[in-house]
Parts: sequence; C-alpha cells; structure tokens
Amino acid sequence: MPILVVAEHDDASLKSGTLNTITAASAVPGAEIHVLVAGCGCAAPAAAAARLAGVAKVRHADAPHLADHGVENLAALICANAAGYTHLLAPATSFGKNLMPRVAAALDVAQISEIVAVESDDTFVRPIYAGNALATVRSSDAVRVITVRTTAFDPAGRVDAAAPVEALDAGADLKMSRLVGRELTKSERPELSAAKVVVSGGRGLGSSENYHGVLEPLAGKLGAALGASRAAVDAGYAPNDYQVGQTGKIVAPQLYVAIGISGAIQHLAGMKDSKVIVAINKDPEAPIFQVADYGLVGDLFQLVPDLTAALG
Amino acid sequence: MKILVPVKRVLDFNVKVRVKPDGSGVDLANVKMSMNPFDEIAVEEAVKLKEAGIATEVIAVSCGVAACQETLRTALAIGADRAILVESDAELQPLAVAKLLAATVREVGPVLVVMGKQAIDDDANQTGQMLAQLLGWPQATFASKLQIADGKATVTREIDGGLETVEVPLPAVVTTDLRLNQPRYVTLPNIMKAKKKPLDTVAPASLGVDCTPRLTLLKVVEPPKRAAGIRVDDVAQLIDKLRNEARALP
Repeated sequence: MPILVVAEHDDASLKSGTLNTITAASAVPGAEIHVLVAGCGCAAPAAAAARLAGVAKVRHADAPHLADHGVENLAALICANAAGYTHLLAPATSFGKNLMPRVAAALDVAQISEIVAVESDDTFVRPIYAGNALATVRSSDAVRVITVRTTAFDPAGRVDAAAPVEALDAGADLKMSRLVGRELTKSERPELSAAKVVVSGGRGLGSSENYHGVLEPLAGKLGAALGASRAAVDAGYAPNDYQVGQTGKIVAPQLYVAIGISGAIQHLAGMKDSKVIVAINKDPEAPIFQVADYGLVGDLFQLVPDLTAALG
Repeated sequence: MKILVPVKRVLDFNVKVRVKPDGSGVDLANVKMSMNPFDEIAVEEAVKLKEAGIATEVIAVSCGVAACQETLRTALAIGADRAILVESDAELQPLAVAKLLAATVREVGPVLVVMGKQAIDDDANQTGQMLAQLLGWPQATFASKLQIADGKATVTREIDGGLETVEVPLPAVVTTDLRLNQPRYVTLPNIMKAKKKPLDTVAPASLGVDCTPRLTLLKVVEPPKRAAGIRVDDVAQLIDKLRNEARALP
C-alpha cells in the first residue's frame, strides 16, 4: 500500500519524530513508503530521508513560499498530491497536530490521532483520557490520516542505498498567514522528546533560579534533557516547551528523574511509559511515588546536589 | 465583531477514569461532567475581547446531548451573551463536530472562532484545524497570546521548540493553549444572570450535516500498570539500584 509520510524538518535536517513515524508506517501490511519533504532549501533533509530504512521514494517540494512551513500552504500541497495513497502519516508533534486535521477535513476523512500501535491497515490503538485508557479504533474511510506518538515506535535506521528523490511542484502561495517570528529555546542539551535521560522539575523547586541551579548540574552529569511539570512552567521556572504531560510533550526515556513533582495525572500521562522512573519529593504521599521504580523522600535541595556529587 | 466559542462537555478533569469491565468504553454514569478546561480558556479570552470593546457579541455553541445545556450555562455565566445547542444523542466525532460548527458559523456570521486546542476526553486535537479548513480560513493553534487589530489576529503559539508568532487575517480560527489566560471564577450573581440569557436548540439535520461516525470503537482497555516500585533510604542506595539493578545509569 502506498503510504505518504510527511517529514518534519527545519530545512537543515530531519526532526527525530520523522524517523519514528516511518517505523509506524512500516507496520502497515504491504507498506510502500514515500516521504514528503516540503520547505525552502531543504535538499539536505530530503537526501537524509532517502537513506532511511523502508523509504521507497522521497518527494521534495522546494519553494520560497514554503520557507515558514505555514500550515495552510502545506495542507494544500499534501492534498494536491494525496491521490493514490491509502495512508497519510505525520508525527504527533506540534507540527503534525497542527497540520494533519486540516488535511483530513479537506479529504473528508477522519483523523486518527497519536496512534501507539498498528493492528492492521485499518485498525489502530490510541490513548484517550490522558492515557488512562487505550482505544482500538477501525477506520471506514478510504484514506487514513494519522498522527503518530513518536515514543511508541523506534526510529527508522539508516541504509547505504538511497531511494530516489523526485522534485514536486510546490503549488501556489495561498498567503493565508504570515510568520512574524520564532523564539526557539536554545539549549546544549538533547531534544526532550527523544532524550535517553530526562531530569524534570516541578513546583518543589520554588523558583526559576533554583530550577536551573539545582537541575542543570545533574542533567549535565547524566547527559539529560530538562523537563518540567505544568506547575513549574505556569510559575515561570521553565519555558513552555519543557512541559511534559497530557498537553505538553510525551516522553519515554530510559531514565526519568522527577524532582519536586507531585505527579498529577496530567503529568503522569506524559512520562509513565519511561523505562525507569526515579522520584525525589519531600511529601511521602505524593502520587508520583505510585509510578516511580525508586522513590527517595526528602529535601530535594540537599538530595539532588548530593546525587550530582556522588555521580562523580 | 462576533466571536463564536465552541464548548464541549467532558468528564471533569479531577475524576478518576474507569474503563468499563466489558471494554466498551469509559464509565460516564453518575460522574461529574464539566466544561473542557481548554474551552473555558477560550470563553474567558472571548469575554475579555468583549470587555476590551473589540468584540460585540460572544456566542457559545455546544454539540451533543441535552445535558450540554449546563456547559453552555457555564459559558454564559463567564460572560457569553447567548448560546446555541446543536442537540444530538448520537456519537459525534471531530469531523462531524467541525461540520456542525462550520454550518453554525455560516448562520451566525462570526469573524473569529476561539476554541480549546483539544478535549481532555478523546485527546484528539483536531476540531479547530478541521473547522478552519472547512471554512477556508487560516488557523492559529495552541495560542498563548492573542491580539486583534486592523482586521488581523496576531497569535503567539506554543510549539515544540519554543514560541512562534503568526499573523492571520480575519476571519480565522484560534485554538487555545494553557497559558493564554486564567479563567475567572464564576460568581453566583452571574450564574443567576446566565439562566436568563437566550439558549437556542437546533437539530443537526436542520444544518444539513451528515454526522455518521467514520471510526468504529472496537474496544477500550486499561493501559498496563507499572509494577510497584520501592523506597530507597539515601542517595547511595539510589545510585546502587540504578547502576546494578535497573542498569539505567550511563
């Protein structure tokens, strides 16, 4: 079955979620995967996509009006090239979530959001109610528009032989929206949603200074990404894109260290698939301890520096 | 300038979710239902725009069972002027809701739709984007700041890498993220006033919309539970366990 995966990239390189989405597409029986790379000056990510396992073809649309990756232009481009595909997939990141429902509505089909498993060509599993239930749904539409929870699928591997890259007509500029600017958080740390270790802080840190002062040395030792609870973000301790939870980022690292986080269900929804969870909190009754493999009760301002020092 | 605010009745965010033993869904019998929290933020934002003299009328709309009237009364108590219930006992999936809302937009004539980015029950995060496409309007999703001036909306969006600001000409659809505002507490006098505000009911058929579900729910199960963990006494024991038992330290 011909499947189109919409690549997320920044014109320089592919975003990691694209690799997980390709693996999800490979799980559809008989998948023949094409990857759409649309942007401006995006030959590099197109070439990178061509060397991913399972990719049969890359379709590369390059034009100045695609430079901002504006959602209205991208949706129109995808729809103009959707004929013949049985499945259209994108990562369930802020990029894919913004884009794919527009595509689904234009094609008059349902979207299946944030799938975590592929049961067959028309049946998929997805979390509902903040991950407190898993629903298996079957689509009756001819085209299945899908977003993929990236943590549920391994990233596609790289191969030596490159698939063909075909130039695609970029379509017209709809001029429906204008990008004013982006303020991207600069960090030397690994990308949160793909990190192997995440050090996450909550309201217990008490201030932005403490959040960074206490957590960064530990994250540095562990090579970890920094995360935060909603409470910590709302209080201004950490930027919005650090938020882990139902409506923030979903993470599933090898090791998740929750520091001063009580563990609201909305937060647990974003991290409970982590392999090993450590919780450090002064409140022995905090719900975070119910999901933690290792719980340490005490004053984080003493324990975290001790832990950092002991890691040597 | 009219603003339409769609609101959804969902399981209250504080209620523990219970999957039915027969796997047919989540148990919603005799549990507290509330307005989807993101929609509450949307109502608050629309009412603020009216208080600032930018909007002339705020109209709340909900699609679903008769009990959605309660949700609409909450929107009226926050400060919406009137409400519309598109009443249906059938299952309404996001595409059907988007079509019902598009038909409502054509009848009511708003130039701005403000709505929650996702509902906390199905976590679909689709309806606003679908509505924008169906109307041929631009969209600005996951808004943490909204300014209206000169026939344009300037919206700061929460995206994975940080923040992005886009400018969209009106009419447009804006979906709300958590940090757009802090919804006000609804006061008793306003709840009383809300009871007297107009609430009209329409049928999906009168809007000419086919609401047939496209997705069939085969089963609902509880996710696998994590095995119970242990308490460690100190940092030394934690490091020992992480190194030698979990092998989770690099």
